[in-house]
Amino acid sequence: MTRTFATADAPHIPATSSVASVMQQVLYALLPGIAAHCWYFGPGILLQIVLAITFALVFEAGMLRIRQQPLRTHLLDFSAVVTAVLFALCLPPLVPWWIAMLGMFFAIVIAKHLYGGLGHNVFNPAMVGYVVVLICFPQVMTQWLPATAPDSWTVGLWDSIITIFSGQLALPVAWDAVSQATPLDTLRTGINAGLTVEEIHNSVIFGDFGGRGWEWIANWYALGGLWLLWRRIISWQVPLTMIGSVVLLGLLAYLIDSGSNPSPMQHMFSGALILGAFFIATDPVTGCTSNRGRLLFGAGVGVFTLVIRRWGGYPDGVAFAVLLMNMAAPLIDRYSVPRYYGK
Amino acid sequence: MRLPAREQAELAGQRLYHFHGGLQLRHYKKISCQLPLGRSKLPPRLYVPLLPHAGAQAHALVVQGQAVLKGQPIARYELPQAGLLHAPTSGTVTAIAPHPISHPSGEEGMAVIIEPDGRDLWCKLQPMEQWQEADPELLRQRIAESGIVGLGGAVFPTHIKVNQARDKGIHTLILNGAECEPYISCDEMLMREQPQRVVQGALVLQRASGARRIIIAIEDQMGEVWDFLEAAIESSGANHIQLVKVTNIYPEGGEKQLIQVLTGLEVPEGLRPADLGLLCQNVATAAAAAEAVIDGKPLIERIVTITGKGVKRPANLLALLGTPISNLIEQCGGYSQDAARLLLGGPMMGYALPSDANPVIKAANCILVLTHADVASEREELPCIRCGECARVCPAVLLPQQLQWDLRHGLFDDAAKHGLNACIECGCCDLVCPSHIPLTQWFRFGKSEGRIQTEEKKTAELARQRFEARELRLASIQQNRDKRLEEKKQNLQKQFVQQEKITAVLQRVAQRSAQPVLQHSDAAPVADPPDSIQPRDDESS
Repeated sequence: MTRTFATADAPHIPATSSVASVMQQVLYALLPGIAAHCWYFGPGILLQIVLAITFALVFEAGMLRIRQQPLRTHLLDFSAVVTAVLFALCLPPLVPWWIAMLGMFFAIVIAKHLYGGLGHNVFNPAMVGYVVVLICFPQVMTQWLPATAPDSWTVGLWDSIITIFSGQLALPVAWDAVSQATPLDTLRTGINAGLTVEEIHNSVIFGDFGGRGWEWIANWYALGGLWLLWRRIISWQVPLTMIGSVVLLGLLAYLIDSGSNPSPMQHMFSGALILGAFFIATDPVTGCTSNRGRLLFGAGVGVFTLVIRRWGGYPDGVAFAVLLMNMAAPLIDRYSVPRYYGK
Repeated sequence: MRLPAREQAELAGQRLYHFHGGLQLRHYKKISCQLPLGRSKLPPRLYVPLLPHAGAQAHALVVQGQAVLKGQPIARYELPQAGLLHAPTSGTVTAIAPHPISHPSGEEGMAVIIEPDGRDLWCKLQPMEQWQEADPELLRQRIAESGIVGLGGAVFPTHIKVNQARDKGIHTLILNGAECEPYISCDEMLMREQPQRVVQGALVLQRASGARRIIIAIEDQMGEVWDFLEAAIESSGANHIQLVKVTNIYPEGGEKQLIQVLTGLEVPEGLRPADLGLLCQNVATAAAAAEAVIDGKPLIERIVTITGKGVKRPANLLALLGTPISNLIEQCGGYSQDAARLLLGGPMMGYALPSDANPVIKAANCILVLTHADVASEREELPCIRCGECARVCPAVLLPQQLQWDLRHGLFDDAAKHGLNACIECGCCDLVCPSHIPLTQWFRFGKSEGRIQTEEKKTAELARQRFEARELRLASIQQNRDKRLEEKKQNLQKQFVQQEKITAVLQRVAQRSAQPVLQHSDAAPVADPPDSIQPRDDESS
């Protein structure tokens, strides 16, 4: 009696991971940072995340439909959700709802699907979305709240909802009364006004080693990032060289002229550097693939971030630096192919 | 300081190195090591496939109805392989007919079908008692005549490797007992039950190849195997044999990887281990060589691991080549309820067989039956997200995702430039790919397609060269012809001018004498105009 069997190709052991599980782990790793963000800046960020995810999924579904791709598989790969969350985390917590819509339109429709969808996009979609709204609506995009503990939030949950959906501050005061510049912005305007870094640091918006509140959010992001490293979801090369180059060059500048250059700690813990190093520049699709390429990529993002912060038109430069290096990634990849066995 | 490769290779086994990538896999080897080594029952019919090996075709040496004795040659390979296939038992050749032949393609092929007579009568054997003093050439011949091939799964003819080793002058023989694929335990069982044979095999191959040193490499999780081998080495007095334990990382048992672990060296592209002064052979191959040289017995049986959750009583069986797999499964208690896939080889590199009518072949180190729970459920393939996990685990230090792009776009030259041919098809990249891209399948396709394209290119290049040569030849013929015509024309013109001169002189003479004019009727040029000359078509010039 012979028995027949269905055949298949080797290897015959199921794959150990999936795109969805990779993306889910990135989301888990963001949770501590999101919680910290919420603690210091109020619940607005949660609403922004929900809005961004909703718009992202709607645009994703629409584009998949148009491109005749399987809806279920791609919606459940969580890549659009990760894009949405990373985008939302860059926003001031109380920006109007259409910022998320516009940002996600550019991120998902333009940057992702018009370039060929998952795996084919040249530019980091979240950063494309963020940069578009940042350039188009600079006023709105600088309306940050002061970082405070929950007991002294100026805008509560309900007020946040009203503010986000109406586009008007829900409190009987003007925006200027509640909003506050970010630490990096304060540094920038201060230095431009001829103040020394030390004088600027006396402001209440600075904490122990970075911006007040910002420093702790960065720490929690770093914790999530380290977990991703341990889980081997991201590789160590990009975070190391990105943070490393900022610290080294920042230190050099600080040592040469500490009056007009903030300390490397300020650079690390005041803006989006940590978030960028662990979660944005590590995006595999738009980054480099070889290890040597990743070292270069990270270093490039770090250097550009510093350059933009020092000489550019924006207080923080992570998003622009990432996009600039996205452009360079294919070239770096071409020239950093490792020597294979026996060659 | 870095030594020249060959000198560094001489230090093999002194310290252990790492190879790039690899995976730590659950090995499931205990399952098939619960029972002692058994012997498969004689089936009603044996099917010895006339499988092509390394491009050589096998030709039957027997005819239908012929009685054969155990160990009698029944098929011969064309040169240059010149290997042999032997009758696994005594009986009658009932047919030479198409039958499943355990080929990766799943296709049928010709097989010599033998009905055993049950007496298991050997043909006349020629044991070599003085093999330790015998001429190494004799040993090599015996290995060739006995149909010994690499039993680790690659089935490369052993005598060819040994001859290469002799030609290059090797210093170290490495016996590969690092059985890194999950589930397979036939080598471990062999070293456990017949360590003496393995050691003898090592010595036989040493004499045949001219190696000075022997290293036997086993895996660190093989437990007592180390002690058994140590005792066997002790009792045979071959104290120069060095035992080495390597860590259990897949695919450490691959020849290239094992060499890298033992020497820290890579086998350079286009070269063979023999160029580094190394000969690498599987432990089972060594045991078979010992059997062939010392007892004169050809390769007619091998140890097969029958295992997996799809089999009721997994075990290692000594099985005659040609035994249908169904017989072995039956002897192991049959299939369990949820048997789903039948593999020849391990789960990483083995291939699925369409039915258990396929027979045991020399490459059959393992018959693995996986259940529905074991095998990959159909998961949708997504585009590559360039995460680079595949590159991290690749033992050949390739960029599988880059190769995959090259192949998808038909860029076979680029793929070759990126090292496609260094791929050992171990399957590590497949296992870690979050997008479930069948990378190994792409690479197998790319290699064969690339070969075809290279061939086609060669043919096209040859045709182009031929065409250009022909054009050149035709042009030179035309040139010669033009030259000849030109010469002819000039000659004629000269003649014509001369003729004119003559006419003029004659006319002058005639005028001067004022006599009635004497006309020359044949004063006009005599030759045809040049364009009426028929060109001679002499391509052979």
